Amino acid sequence: MNGPSRLAGLLREGHFAVTAELSSSDSADPEVIWRRAEVLRGSVDAVNCTDNTGAHVHMSSLAAAHLLVEKGIEPIMQLTVRDRNRLALQADLLGAAALGIRNLVLMSGDDVTAGDHPEARRIYDLDSMQLVEVAASMRDRGTYLSGRKLEQSPSFFIGAVENPFAPPLDFRPLRLQKKVRAGADFIQTQLVFDVPLFAGFMATVSDLGLADKVFIIPSIGIPRSARGAHFMREKVPGLHVPDGLVARLEKTPPARQAEEGVQIAVELVKAVREIPGVAGVHLIGIKWEEGVVQVAEAAGLLPRPTLSPLATVGGHR
Amino acid sequence: MGVVERLVLAVEKPLKEAVWDCRMCGQCILHSTGLSCPMRCPKNLRNGPCGGVRANGNCEVYADKRCVWVEAWEGSRRLPVFGDHIHHLQKPVDWQLQGTSSWINLATGRDRAAPKGWADERP
Repeated sequence: MNGPSRLAGLLREGHFAVTAELSSSDSADPEVIWRRAEVLRGSVDAVNCTDNTGAHVHMSSLAAAHLLVEKGIEPIMQLTVRDRNRLALQADLLGAAALGIRNLVLMSGDDVTAGDHPEARRIYDLDSMQLVEVAASMRDRGTYLSGRKLEQSPSFFIGAVENPFAPPLDFRPLRLQKKVRAGADFIQTQLVFDVPLFAGFMATVSDLGLADKVFIIPSIGIPRSARGAHFMREKVPGLHVPDGLVARLEKTPPARQAEEGVQIAVELVKAVREIPGVAGVHLIGIKWEEGVVQVAEAAGLLPRPTLSPLATVGGHR
Repeated sequence: MGVVERLVLAVEKPLKEAVWDCRMCGQCILHSTGLSCPMRCPKNLRNGPCGGVRANGNCEVYADKRCVWVEAWEGSRRLPVFGDHIHHLQKPVDWQLQGTSSWINLATGRDRAAPKGWADERP
């Protein structure tokens, strides 16, 4: 077995964490994954491997995460309840643990109608809340959902997601509370563009006492072009991209839009970092790992800290 | 299915389908979800809305329909009783109960049977 989650250690030591999303791969050649992940090495603490993102088929998150483990880059395996029933979910969780994957992000997933197989049967045998509970039970009680014993329990650092910007807005912090009670150790949020709205969400989260119980990591998108920002606003479910941001990119000459996108992301990173209870940032540059590195550099997030050998391991926050 | 269950279903099914657009999951939690049936959610979510709810409160999948969970949250605020039950962690659906009478399952306690490895709350 590999060691415990380094991401968990850094967060528990109080470091401001930086994670990033790896572009999904449609190649049978592992080099594609390795080449993109190599760009991120040293600039982020852990790398998300997405699970059929946007309900489009790609290489499985389990395989991609294992390819990162092989190269010594710490993965975060995303797993949706959209494509697997409770047997397959638990089988993949245990397999992931055996392959050295420690960090999970468990979620519902975009609906199949958003993707390239809209005619597919959606599964949703468990919901995301229940999957968090199941993963926590495998870890803490050493059992499957059926009650049957595991021979060796996995040591997961369990992540979940929340969208502070989708209705019903006043239920969102309470839903996050429910995920914490189910066993979530950290939360990656939907992309933050509306900082005041996010700050209001975080204030409620802090009032509920959740900021001390779970590490909250807002996602920051790095728009590469006005067209990209426009696409995100129109096509990505649950995403709220302000008109002002799209306009700002449209006013920028095409050759300089990527630079402006990095600047926007840097401003967002600095703004969310000021909000109490924010434990890190998750950087998303769609098919643009170089953008992640530029933002990390310009936002003063480099160099990344090293983990002290005394970092606490295992269990809850 | 016995005669008694068929008789109960003859009343329960048309009534609940007419009033709540019930999907006959056989393990009713309407009182915990503001009388908005969570099985109408295309993702069958029983613990709250997904992240795809549109800014106008409509469903990610059915753009012209209100999100089941937006209705559940609003409904739960209006309910004079059980309002806090929306915060309860709901166990996974027992698909064996699909099409059976939730009234009988409530009476016998069958609808409360959770898988052995299910822990309602973390320590």
